[in-house]
Amino acid sequence: MEKPINSISLVIDGKQISVPSGTTILDAAKQVGITIPALCYHPKVSRSGACRVCIVEVGGTLVTACTTPVSGGMEVITNSPYVENMRRDLIDLILSDHPYDCMVCQKTGECELQELAYKYSIRNPVFRGERRQYAQKDGNPFIDRDMEKCILCGRCVKICDEVQGVGAIDFAYKGFWAKVCPPFEQDLNCEFCGQCVMVCPTGALIGKNWVARGRYWNMREVESTCPYCGVGCTLSLHVKENEIVRVTAKEGRGVNDGLLCVKGRFGYQFVSSPDRLKTPLIRRRKGGDLEPATWDEALGVVASRLKRVKEQYGPDAIAGLSSARCTTEDNYLFQKFMRAAVGTNNVDHCARL
Amino acid sequence: MPGDITINICMGTGGIAAGGEAVMSAFEDALASADIAASVKKHCAAHKVGCRGFCARDVLVDVIENGGKHTYEYIKPDMVKRIVEEHLAGGQPVQEWLVKEDYHTFHGKQVRAVLADCGEMDPEDIEAYAGRGGYEAALKSLTSLAPTDIIEELKRSGLRGRGGAGFPTGLKWEMARNEPGDTKYIICNADEGDPGAFMDRSLVEGNPHAVIEGMLIGAYAIGAQRGYVYIRAEYPLAVQRLTIALGQARERGFLGRNIQNTGFDFDIKVKLGAGAFVCGEETALIASIEGNRGMPRAKPPFPAQKGLWGKPTVINNVETLANVPYIMRKGSGWFAGFGTEKSKGTKVFALTGKIRNSGLIEVPFGISLREIIFDIGGGIEGDRKLKAVQTGGPSGGCIPASLMETSVDYESLASAGSIVGSGGMVVLDETDCMVNVAKYFLEFTKSESCGKCIPCRVGTMRLLEILTRITSGKGRPGDVELLQELSEDIKMTSLCGLGQTAPNPVLSTIRYFKDEYDAHIIERRCPAGVCKSFIAFTVLEEFCKGCMACVRVCPSGAIVGEKKKPHRIVQDVCIKCGACFATCKFQAVRKRAVYGEIHTR
Repeated sequence: MEKPINSISLVIDGKQISVPSGTTILDAAKQVGITIPALCYHPKVSRSGACRVCIVEVGGTLVTACTTPVSGGMEVITNSPYVENMRRDLIDLILSDHPYDCMVCQKTGECELQELAYKYSIRNPVFRGERRQYAQKDGNPFIDRDMEKCILCGRCVKICDEVQGVGAIDFAYKGFWAKVCPPFEQDLNCEFCGQCVMVCPTGALIGKNWVARGRYWNMREVESTCPYCGVGCTLSLHVKENEIVRVTAKEGRGVNDGLLCVKGRFGYQFVSSPDRLKTPLIRRRKGGDLEPATWDEALGVVASRLKRVKEQYGPDAIAGLSSARCTTEDNYLFQKFMRAAVGTNNVDHCARL
Repeated sequence: MPGDITINICMGTGGIAAGGEAVMSAFEDALASADIAASVKKHCAAHKVGCRGFCARDVLVDVIENGGKHTYEYIKPDMVKRIVEEHLAGGQPVQEWLVKEDYHTFHGKQVRAVLADCGEMDPEDIEAYAGRGGYEAALKSLTSLAPTDIIEELKRSGLRGRGGAGFPTGLKWEMARNEPGDTKYIICNADEGDPGAFMDRSLVEGNPHAVIEGMLIGAYAIGAQRGYVYIRAEYPLAVQRLTIALGQARERGFLGRNIQNTGFDFDIKVKLGAGAFVCGEETALIASIEGNRGMPRAKPPFPAQKGLWGKPTVINNVETLANVPYIMRKGSGWFAGFGTEKSKGTKVFALTGKIRNSGLIEVPFGISLREIIFDIGGGIEGDRKLKAVQTGGPSGGCIPASLMETSVDYESLASAGSIVGSGGMVVLDETDCMVNVAKYFLEFTKSESCGKCIPCRVGTMRLLEILTRITSGKGRPGDVELLQELSEDIKMTSLCGLGQTAPNPVLSTIRYFKDEYDAHIIERRCPAGVCKSFIAFTVLEEFCKGCMACVRVCPSGAIVGEKKKPHRIVQDVCIKCGACFATCKFQAVRKRAVYGEIHTR
C-alpha cells in the first residue's frame, strides 16, 4: 500500500506503524491492536486529558496518549512496569473516593472503572481518606445522578455541549469538591436525551427506569428501529423475560450512530402497557362503546365512510393528515392515496403544524 | 531644577496601609500654607511613588535636593511639620527619623534594573516615566527595528520567563511570530497567586507604563493587534494605576490606531481575574479570558500555536514584560552582564518570613541565598537559628540552612529540589516545623486545585490527609514512604503545572528534614514545638506571681486561678494557641512535649 503523503512513522511497544500526522498515540495504538485504558476519552467528544489513565512512556517521560499527537521516530511504551504502576495508583486514587458498592450498583459488569479495578486487582485502595458524600438527590424523572460515583471525566459535560448542543451541565466548585451539576445545583431540567448516561463510564448516571430491572448479562439484546419518528434510529432493546427493560443504541449502527432522544431512550414502556391497543376498535352504535374488530372490518368501515363523504360532498371535503412518525415510504403512499384514490390535494403533515 | 526640592512618598499598597495618604496630604497642606512657602523659599513638590521595597519601614519619605537624597522611615502625619520646618526650611535633616544603617545594607547587594524607576517616580504620570527614558525603547523598536531584530536582541539578552518556568522569552516570541495567521495576541499574566508574593503587584503599582511598553514591543515583535492584562481583582490599586496608565498611553499615541504614525495598531484590555490560583496557568488563564471556567487543557498545542480564541498567543509574566523596555533601551549586553551563564539579569523576590528586613528585593542571578538572608535580609529575627528557605511558593521547595551557599538561579535551585518560581522567598527558623510547613502549602494547593485531573484533585487531598495525621500525632510507620510514592504519582501524571509541582514542598522537606517526620511518627514529638498535638502549656507554680496577665489573654478561658496565687491551665479546655506563653513575663508558662497516641496501621 502506498504511504499517505504526510504519514508519520513511529514505534509502539516494538511495533512499527505509519499514521497520518495529527493522529494521537491512542488512536495509532488502536490501529496495531494495542488498547490503552482511558476513562475520559470518548470518540464522540473532544479530548480532555483529565483522567490521566492513558499515560504512556515516551522518551522517559509520561504523556497522555489521548491528547498527544504522534511525531516522527517516536518510541512509545504503553505497558512498562513504571507506567502500569502509575496507572494502578491513579485507579487507586479514584477508588479511594468512590463508594465500594459494586454489588448493588446498576453499572456492575459494564463499568469501566470496575473493569480497571479488576485489571489492576485493587481490592483495598492503598490511599484512603475522606470520600465525597452528597445528601441531595436529583429529582428529575429520567436520570439517576449519583455524584458520589462521578469521577469527573467530563464526558457528560462535553457530549451535552459539543454533540447535543444543550449545555445543561458543567463543573462547579473546585478541587476535591468539584462536581458536575446543572446551574445552581437544581434538579436536571433538560431535553433528557440521555447522551450523558450513554457516555458515563461509571454508575454516576443511570436511567431511572433501568434500576433494579436486571443485570445486563441476563438480558437479550434485540436490534430494532425506533417507532417514534421518521428518522428511524437503530435501537438495541435489552429484553429480559420477554419484556424490554432498557434501550440503548450502538455506536456505528444506523443513522443515529449511538445517539438517541428522550423518547427512543426512555419512552419504551408503552410496548408492554396493558392500555395498549391490540386490535382496531369500532363504535358500532351512536353513543355506544368502542368495540374490538378485525382489520378487514375496520378498513371496510373507513373505506365506505370515505366513499360516502366523497359522493355526497365531493373529494375536497376530505383532508388527510399524516405523521412524522411514519416512514418516508408510508408518507409517500399516503399522499398518493389522497391524491389518486380520494382525488384531493388536501394532504398535510404534523411536522408543519 | 537646581534648588528645587522633591518629596517622594511611598504610596504602594504597603505605604498606603501604613498611612501614606495621610502623610501625603500633610505634606501638601504644609507646602500650601503661606508661612511655610515663605520660609522654605524653594519650590517644593510632593509626589506619590510606587513600592520602595522596604515595606516594613513605611511610610518611607525621600527628600531630594540637588541630587542628594535623605530618606525618612516610619513617618506619621504628625511628624511632617517638623520635617518641613527643620529640613525643608532650615536645611537640617531630622537625624533621628532618618533611615538607619540597616536600610543601606538592605539595598547594598541589590541591583535595581527592572525596579529602577519603581519608587522613584509618580506611577500615575506618563510624563514622569517618559522623563526617565520611558517609551524610548518602544519608539525605537517601532520606527527603526524589524520584529526579528527585537527577537534576536531578546535572545541575546538571555531573558527567561519570570513567572516560574524560566522559558526563554525570545524563543517564545519567535515561535508565535513564525505561526501563520494575521490575528495574534499578547497577554500579560498578572494573576500573581503564591501566598506571600507581591512582586508583580508592586511592579504594576509602581511602574505600570513599563509593563505597557513591554507589551507594545512584544506585540510589534510577534505581530499582535490586541493585548490583555489578566490581573487579580484583589489588586485594586494595581488595577487602578494600570487603567490610568492605559488611558495616558492612548492619549499620547502609544496605544490605539497608527501608533506614533508607524501604521502599527495595538491596544490593551484589562481582564479581571477572580482569584483562582490555577488561572495563573496559561491555558486556564486563556479559558478564563474566553469566559469559560478556568481549567487548564492538555498541551500541545501550546498557546504560541493555538491560544486565545484559537490564535497564536504569547503569555508573559509582569516582570518579564517590564524587563523588555529596559533591555531594548540599555541593550542586551547590559542585561546579560548580570547573572549567571544560563540565568541572565536580575530577579525580584518577595523576602518574608522570620527575617529581620522583609520586603521586595531585586538581586542579580547568581547571588547566594546566604547573601540574601544575612546581608540584605539582616539575618534572622531574634537571632534564632536559620532552618530553611522556602522558595517558589506552593510549587517550590525548602532549601536547608546547610545549603545557603546555593546560587540563586534556575538550575541551582532546581537541583536543590526547589524552584525560582515567581519569586516568593520565605525564611524559616528553628521555631518552624517542616512537616507543618509542607502541610501549609498542601492546604493551599489542595484547595486551589481546579479538580480536572485525578492525581491533583484526589492526590493532593490524600497528601494533606497523611500530613495532617502526622502532625496530629496519628502518623503511622510507612507514611513517609507513602507520601513519597503519592508525590511521585502526582508529579508525574498531573495535567498542569499546579499538580506537577504541588508535591515539591513535601518531597523537599522529606529530602532534607526526614528526621522531623520520623520524630513526629516514631518518637511522637514535634521538634520545633509547633504541632499542637505534641505540646502542652503548663504553669510552673514556683515562677507564677499570680498577675492574671495570662488569664486575661486566654481566648478559651482555660486558665484558672486567683490574684497573687499560682494559676493553672485546664488542659481539656486549652486550645494551645500560645497566647499565655507569649504574655507571661516571668517564664512561668512552659511549653512541654506530650506523647501522642500510638496508632498502628
